[in-house]
Amino acid sequence: MDKITLTYDGTFEGLLSAIFETYRLKINVDRIVPISNYQDSLFAEPVHVVTNMVWVKRVKKGIQQRCGKAANTLLYRCFLSEQRDIELLILHFVRTAMIRQHDVTRNYRDEKILNLHQINKKIGREVHRMHAFVRFQKTKDDIFISIIEPDFNVLPLIGDHFEKRYPAMQWLIYDTKRHYGIYYNKSVLDFITFEAKDHLKLRQLSKDILTTDEPDYQNLWRSYFKSVNIPERNNQKLHVQHVPKRYWKYLVEK
Amino acid sequence: MNERIKEKLEILSDAAKYDVSCSSSGSKRKNTKYGMGNSTGMGICHTYTQDGRCVSLLKILLTNYCIFDCAYCVSRKSNDVKRAAFTVKEVVDLTMNFYQRNYIEGLFLSSGIFQNSDYTMERLVRIAKELRTIHKFNGYIHLKTIPGASEELMQEAGLYADRLSVNIEMPSESSLKKVAPEKDYKSVLEPMSYIKEKIIENKEERRKSKKAPLFSPGGQSTQLVIGASPEKDLEVLTLADGLYRQKSLKRVYYSGYIPISEDNRLPVIYQPPLIRENRLYQADWLMRFYGFNLNEIVDEKNPDLDLALDPKAAYALRNPAIFPIDINKADYELILRVPGIGVKSAKKIVSARKFGALREGHLRKLGLVWKRAKYFITCADRNFKFLNWKPEVIRQQISSTIMTKAANSNQLSLFP
Repeated sequence: MDKITLTYDGTFEGLLSAIFETYRLKINVDRIVPISNYQDSLFAEPVHVVTNMVWVKRVKKGIQQRCGKAANTLLYRCFLSEQRDIELLILHFVRTAMIRQHDVTRNYRDEKILNLHQINKKIGREVHRMHAFVRFQKTKDDIFISIIEPDFNVLPLIGDHFEKRYPAMQWLIYDTKRHYGIYYNKSVLDFITFEAKDHLKLRQLSKDILTTDEPDYQNLWRSYFKSVNIPERNNQKLHVQHVPKRYWKYLVEK
Repeated sequence: MNERIKEKLEILSDAAKYDVSCSSSGSKRKNTKYGMGNSTGMGICHTYTQDGRCVSLLKILLTNYCIFDCAYCVSRKSNDVKRAAFTVKEVVDLTMNFYQRNYIEGLFLSSGIFQNSDYTMERLVRIAKELRTIHKFNGYIHLKTIPGASEELMQEAGLYADRLSVNIEMPSESSLKKVAPEKDYKSVLEPMSYIKEKIIENKEERRKSKKAPLFSPGGQSTQLVIGASPEKDLEVLTLADGLYRQKSLKRVYYSGYIPISEDNRLPVIYQPPLIRENRLYQADWLMRFYGFNLNEIVDEKNPDLDLALDPKAAYALRNPAIFPIDINKADYELILRVPGIGVKSAKKIVSARKFGALREGHLRKLGLVWKRAKYFITCADRNFKFLNWKPEVIRQQISSTIMTKAANSNQLSLFP
């Protein structure tokens, strides 16, 4: 039988539904792609899979029974990498676990499983960077706003950290690349989107909306950053390695 | 905001920067319901300076006025520098505002000694107390214990701080006395012992009742200045090893001496000994995380670390009988001893080999440093016979790659 391409809605649940579908239809798939990324091919008509929460539960349960809860987390985090064909790596993991009937998570001999761990490591690094590089600016109505542009779609993974740290503040972290944010109102953390015309305003916060002492604290931070440096030890290579240039745009001190 | 605060911040952070302790880790402090901040245990570096050092805490002196005259210190009495002093309110305000903006993990507060030790310590404690009680600040606080401060004040400091530290600075008492006439080892080691006892006591109390208040949950640390006095690495590491074992320190920091003073009690040097500093940290890591004993790293015959070779590789080449190590059979502890294999890759190896024998192809992808490790291991498809194991040859191959690496960075300027 010819290999088939499946499309899904672009969510993790959608992907798990598609994986379930490969079992239900007993098919081998060529690719699984988000419907929005799918480009028409002359030769194949893709099959679209509608997200089905019952299937999602069954897949998750199947993984958890064989590989433990952590495996589901691993797959979700890898999914957020948005890497091309990450779907096939995840499919491979599920299939291997089902065939072997035991925990395959630590089988680093399997190239694709090792690859998932490497991706997960990159995700972890990006999450850690966002914990470090988020810079809030205080607005007149007491909301702390931060703009980020992470390499991967890590916003769903970082809210928890900031919620624990700043439970008594209102804050918004906005991903300008993916056009959505997380907003916390001192009690609930939620995803938030803005109309297209507001995207640009978020890229560069206008002075008018910030508190009057916001520029002062930014200045103080910049001068602190400068004076803690020890020029005799200068090491630009190490500096850039730790704070890659692509993050400079939203760092107050750079 | 006035210019005066900015100037104070510049003076008092510039004076604090030679204290290399930066970590915000090792302490878990949960936030309170409407409080500000927490410590997760792992620490976060929020940015890095041009010299590649991490910036995690707002590291400042309360004041750089000082009655002491320690030659290694930029704030010594006889040095002609601009002096300044923060008020309690100013430090609290800076900490809170930087923290809210996610610039920092917390506060690192030290001070020159003005009037006397207790007077100074009392002010440091007051700042920590105000942050914790009035502002519900639960971020990281690192306090310096001022030598000579009373036990009551140290006790109080431990209640608010996540980590306490007192710097030894000079790696031998005779060197310390030479450059810091007002100090001796007793004045440093006694507070350390006191804090250690308190930490143990507190752990016991916390075991009985979760509600018992924390006491310096991130432990204590110290700093040794390297290259300003004649001690060999053997003496430096013996001291560090003793501090880890007897005083249960969490960290010993090594700070390559930077010629900040033209004080004639100190040698004239032009470049901080950065490579030596790096080797000492590597040796320190081997003792703490890799199960090495001090005498396996340095001894009477080799009192200094090899600058051209990392201490683990140097150990391996001094002990050829242990190698090669069979990756598929050796214990985890032994795998940890292979140059080029770290804690993470050693764990991966031990997990992965349960699924089948490991070959070179697997190992190359596991994240270990293959070009280093390859000299010391065998695996399913690598027979040691063909490795042609000669310590001198390997030494040259490994150290030449290290030196080329150094040549590409500014560190080579150490070897003109």
